[in-house]
Amino acid sequence: MTADGGWVWMYGVTGDNAEPFADGVAGVGGVGGSLPRTITAARLTAVVGDVGDREYGEAALRRNLEDLDWLARTARAHHTVLEVVAKRGPVVPMRLATLFASDAGVTGTLQERADDFREALSVISARSEWGVKAYAVRPADPAGEPGHQAAGREGPATGPGAAYLQRRRAQLTASKDARAEALASARTVYAELGRFAVLSRLYPPQAPDLAGQQAPMVLNAAYLVADERVGEFAAAVDDLTVRHRFVQLTLTGPWPAYSFTGDGDGPGPR
Amino acid sequence: MDLLDRVLAGGVVIVGDITLSIAEVDLVRVSLRALVTSISGLMEAMDDPREYS
Repeated sequence: MTADGGWVWMYGVTGDNAEPFADGVAGVGGVGGSLPRTITAARLTAVVGDVGDREYGEAALRRNLEDLDWLARTARAHHTVLEVVAKRGPVVPMRLATLFASDAGVTGTLQERADDFREALSVISARSEWGVKAYAVRPADPAGEPGHQAAGREGPATGPGAAYLQRRRAQLTASKDARAEALASARTVYAELGRFAVLSRLYPPQAPDLAGQQAPMVLNAAYLVADERVGEFAAAVDDLTVRHRFVQLTLTGPWPAYSFTGDGDGPGPR
Repeated sequence: MDLLDRVLAGGVVIVGDITLSIAEVDLVRVSLRALVTSISGLMEAMDDPREYS
């Protein structure tokens, strides 16, 4: 622990020519309500914050990390600081809850891992992360669906029961075909957008939220895009949305490069 | 939530002075928002026309 019984929370690492808080640090917030500060060593700058043992010591952390509300608040505070720093230059985000007993621990880390940090910074320099998700949807015009024509070929049904079964068969056929279309679109979209990016990364699709999007997610991707190609990238997303009617695309960003600076370990992509 | 999943999944992993890693935390591993679900399992929902309003 630090002298006052606290810990040093590490947000991320940027170059030593960066002045992430040159515009002042007021209003930036921070984890634990503590304003961020910097530690410079080995020509790198670590962005850190001071947090108390009561909420961030090991026992408390073990408890708090199981609390979704605490986790969400903490992730948001961690992210907000990184966003501010990212406006001034590339920043390598640290995994959430990277804590040191003192500034010396941070300085030691910068010195020991200087080459890794510099390499990571050069990969993300003048580039940002963008997220693309695709959800399987049914086009508004059912006549456009592949199964519709097959249903029409059956001929008229002979009674209400038969009519129901015929409709149901048509629905299932249309569903199966729409499913195939959505999956094919997801693969195409992923590859097409990759042409505009430096790096691409696939995440597992997420299960539908209780309160949110009900349509199945068929693509969950992250792209590292050069800042000067973002316009092209966004235009490509718009174009693919029009051309692939069985998926709905969402684009988010720019994000600090969370997906392109880690080791691939942890609870994220497999 | 987009932000939470992204923040949890990413970042440089360095062992600090507290060795508890978020990867060990059950809630994070089985995150309510990042269940690893097979695509075909999700797609079964498409067979039911009532899924779409």
